[in-house]
Amino acid sequence: MTLTHALLLASAMFCIGLYGMLSRKQAIATLLSLELMANSANIVFVAFGYFRGSPGQPLVLFSLAITVAEVAVGLALIMLLARRHGDTDIDLAQETKE
Amino acid sequence: MTAFAFAAISAVLIISALCVVVTENLVRAVYWLALALLATAVLYAMLDAGFLAGVQVLTYVGGVVTLMIFGVMVTRRHDGGAIPSPGASQFRAALVAVGAFAAMASAIISSDLDTLAVRSTHVSIQALARSLVDDYLLAFEAASVLLLAAIVGAVVLARRNDAVASRLAHGPGALPAGVRLLGQGFEEPLAAKSPVPTAQVGEGHS
Repeated sequence: MTLTHALLLASAMFCIGLYGMLSRKQAIATLLSLELMANSANIVFVAFGYFRGSPGQPLVLFSLAITVAEVAVGLALIMLLARRHGDTDIDLAQETKE
Repeated sequence: MTAFAFAAISAVLIISALCVVVTENLVRAVYWLALALLATAVLYAMLDAGFLAGVQVLTYVGGVVTLMIFGVMVTRRHDGGAIPSPGASQFRAALVAVGAFAAMASAIISSDLDTLAVRSTHVSIQALARSLVDDYLLAFEAASVLLLAAIVGAVVLARRNDAVASRLAHGPGALPAGVRLLGQGFEEPLAAKSPVPTAQVGEGHS
């Protein structure tokens, strides 16, 4: 296991999340893909901390806190969307466009 | 041995991540995400970040996945949670994702990351804790403010607007003055639905 392998793994995971983000219509499914992408960024932090001694671990702790906050607010928005339109299709959220 | 373990964990991680974005059933997608996050925790443990592995299991697998399950169950109707996704959009998304991966992979492989001197240093939990309240004190405090703001924001967003107003209609004396003031904006749209006319509310508490 080298830094290159870890970075390749993280970028593969990021691109899988990117695919989910772009292809899914369901708001919760896009949130799940977002989690994958954030997780791959954390892997990069930890890998650089392990192989290079850069301060990666404190950054991952902050990243975890930010992700949890994002999930809480995102799920509240999705609940609002479901209550307003009866579905969580992401194309329904067009109030600002109209 | 380490190489084999890394290969196994990579396979689990990639397969579960693929299942997250491909599975039609949302609840199953959340469980695949839980597996991916657990595999990430194992990877952290292999990369000498045991504390982060524990935190990952606690916050992600324990907290975020539970929240997601609740979110799916609250917002989905009883049709099993199948997700229709159009084929054209899937193809374009796959194109973008593969292109992005090719760009990143070529950049990673062409750079000489592994030939540089590798300096592996063990980070103890004590050093991690000290750096949080020493080097990163400002970020630490800002994160606490961010979490508080997120809690308040989530509560405000997810609250039913008529909750305060209905309590006003049924028992105005039970609410403190500040909450009554908060609920005043919601009285008008509620008046049609509420069994108790809003006019009586004003009389009742004065």
